[in-house]
This record gives sequence, structure tokens and C-alpha cells, in this order.
Amino acid sequence: MMRPYTPKDNVQAKAYYTDRYWVAPRVPEEPVPEEGVYAEDLAAVKSAHEVLKAYIQRGQLVIHINPEDNFDVLKILKEERWYEMLSELSAVDFLAERGGFEIFYQILNLNTARRIRVKCFVEENRAIESVNPLYRSADWAEREMWDLMGVKVNNHPYLKRLIMPDDWEGHPLRKTYPLEGDEFAQWYEVDKIFGKDARDVIGPENRDPARIDRYDTERFARLGYEVPRGAPADMVDKTEETPIRYQEEEGVFLIKELSPDKSKVLDRRK
Amino acid sequence: MAQHQVNYTQSGGLPVALTTVDKIINWGRSNSIWALTYGLACCAIEMMASGASRYDFDRFGTIFRASPRQADVMIVAGTLTKKHAEFIRRLYDQMSEPKWVISMGSCANTGGMFNTYATVQGCDRVIPVDLYLPGCAPRPETLQYAVMLLQQKIRKESANKSQKPKRLV
Ligand code: SF4
Repeated sequence: MMRPYTPKDNVQAKAYYTDRYWVAPRVPEEPVPEEGVYAEDLAAVKSAHEVLKAYIQRGQLVIHINPEDNFDVLKILKEERWYEMLSELSAVDFLAERGGFEIFYQILNLNTARRIRVKCFVEENRAIESVNPLYRSADWAEREMWDLMGVKVNNHPYLKRLIMPDDWEGHPLRKTYPLEGDEFAQWYEVDKIFGKDARDVIGPENRDPARIDRYDTERFARLGYEVPRGAPADMVDKTEETPIRYQEEEGVFLIKELSPDKSKVLDRRK
Repeated sequence: MAQHQVNYTQSGGLPVALTTVDKIINWGRSNSIWALTYGLACCAIEMMASGASRYDFDRFGTIFRASPRQADVMIVAGTLTKKHAEFIRRLYDQMSEPKWVISMGSCANTGGMFNTYATVQGCDRVIPVDLYLPGCAPRPETLQYAVMLLQQKIRKESANKSQKPKRLV
């Protein structure tokens, strides 16, 4: 039997043009039903403020609003529609694509067990109003958003870094922030503890996990296969095992010598 | 003068032991290495297991202390973050001489798998380290062996000499 023929011309070019990375499928967006709780929620928001986009995703209502309206919209949803709990609040970095952050508020109605996600888009260097007076859980969430993403929050009672140290520079969860840290981050502890002059003494961090140092054979040895300090590298491969000693050979002052023949080795658990 | 019934010289054993000052001081030091509880991450669980009844650190005279003033050795067990680096140095400075440091686990040795902006790449960038334990996490046996090695190291040192100035003290 012959294998079915598949055209193989231009294989390289095809690989070049296909996506190299797996692209996550988007969760389908469904229209908001004409009637029901979510329709009423949406109508309550629409009557007071502009709604840019609204849809149902995985059975939850998602509302896109203007960033100026965030406090008022959440106030309506909390006081008129009883979405009393703010379960999560954060920002998503879209700096490269759209030049700003998408901020989402995930709120929950404890009576009907329904959730709404309110989203708004703020440009970089634009601040957003704090929702802390409405939801106490916004306090730390907004501080974290400021700390890691650099989204300023207006009228927050105590906008201070939450996770990184107070004197940190930069906002590490931005996609432009290097994973291994910028220069400030790499020298942070040295600069802070010993001062900038100590940089030469301590040297840069070794961030190459595959680095091989010729002197490693002198500094480290396999347990049980120890070699004298500074021994050449070819001494290390020896197959003969050095017994692990728990005491010095000549014994220890005032302490009974441990004799391997007299000690009992438990070879299974009791 | 009291007359003793036992003739110590003949029955082999004067109630006197002759030794050097070094030996007796090091005997005391090496058998009462009090450790500062310094659990920073998952390695701390293994450190606690070493202190608990199955492995029983008390046998070696190693008792965990919650104060740097009472501790001789700092067992850095876990991931040292950049935010915390300042405090580890402060606690190390508060320990009284002579003092030793055991760096436990890959994170404390080199930063381990956390090759990130927030992790100190090896706690020896901040404090001088005497012993490095490999492993993620090292088993309690490894920590036990490290304490025994540290005992051997202490016994080799001269007792009255002040410790060699370690890097950037
Ligand atoms: S070395 Fe491993 S076990 Fe120890 S703190 Fe780091 S990640 Fe945890």
C-alpha cells in the first residue's frame, strides 16, 4: 500500500510563515441576553454611563467602560445591583500593542452568586480613580498595581509599594522589564548594604547557569570522593571512595570515638 | 588533711584532665553550636525536620535560637530576596563573634532556579559563608553532616585568635 501523497514543496517557507509559538484560543464572546439579571445590570450601567462594549464570556458579564467612569460604574453596581465584593483588581500590560494598560475589576454578588468583570483601558502615565472607598479589598490590590505595573491611582489613602522595597526603581511586572533585572536591580543589595564602591570587590552576578569554572574542581568535590585542596582536575575522577568521617582521625577531646563496627545501621524503617 | 581511701595514681585515673586552652574552648564551642532560625523558603521545612525528634539536632548541642545575640551559626535556609538582603546582613552583624554561616540549598548558594530580578544570586554576595550545602532541598542528613563538618572546622581553629576578617566586614 502506498502512503497518501502530501505536497512537500516549499516546506521551509511554510514553517517560516507559521506561528512558532502556541497561540491560546480566545474564549468566545456571546451577546448579552435580552432579559435576565445581567440585562438589568447592564441597563443600570447604561442609563448613567457610556458602555463601550458588553458581552458574556464563560457565563459572566464583561463590561468595557471609559476609565473616568470606573468609580461611578462600580458604585452603581454595588449600591443598586448589590455586587458587594471585589474579588480581584489588576492591570494587564498592553504597552506594546495599545500603549496602555487594561484594568479589570472582578466583582461578585453574594446573593445571586453572579460575577461581573468591569474593564477599562488607561493610557500610560494616566492615573485612575481609586475604588478604595467602595471596596476595602481594593487597598492592597491598587498598591500592588502601582508597585508592579506602575499604574497611578488617584485619591488612594496610602499609595506605597506593596511588594518591592520602597526604594526600588521600575515596575517589574511590565513586559518591558527584563526578567533578570535592570542594572539597578542587579546591584540593588550591593549598593544598599555596602555602597557603590563595593561593586568592584564583589563583582557582577553570575546569571549563567551553564558557566563552567576551571577552579570548581579545586573548590568543590563530590561527597565521599574528596580530593586535597588545589588538586589537579584529573585527581577528581578517581573511582576509589574516601570514607565519610564524622570525627577527626585522632579522636575528639572528651568525646567518645565513634566506631563504625559498633554502631548499628538501620536498613529499614521500624 | 583528709585521707582519701582511693589511691588515684595507682587505680589509673586522676580526677584531672590535662589539655590545652584551645582544645577545651573549641570543645565547648563545637558542641554547642546554637543556630539562628533562618528559614526563608521550602528549605526551612528540612531545617525544621532536622531539629525535630527524628533527626534530633539537640544531640549535637545545636539548639535553634530566635535571637542573633544567642546564636553562633546562621543557617540560611531558603531563597534570599533582594528586599530581605539588608536584614540578613543586619542580623549577621548582630551575632556575636565567633560566628559561622551555613548556606543551605541551591537558592542560598547561587540563587538556584530563581534567575530573576528579585533574588540575590547567592547569599555569599551579602554575608561570608563557611559551608555550602547542595540540594533542592538538602535532606536533613545533609544538614546534619554539615553541622558535623562545621564542628571539625571549629576544632581546627585556634581559640583565642580573633576570626580572620571576612570579606567586607
Ligand atoms: S533550594 Fe529548593 S527547597 Fe531550598 S529554598 Fe530553594 S527552591 Fe526551596
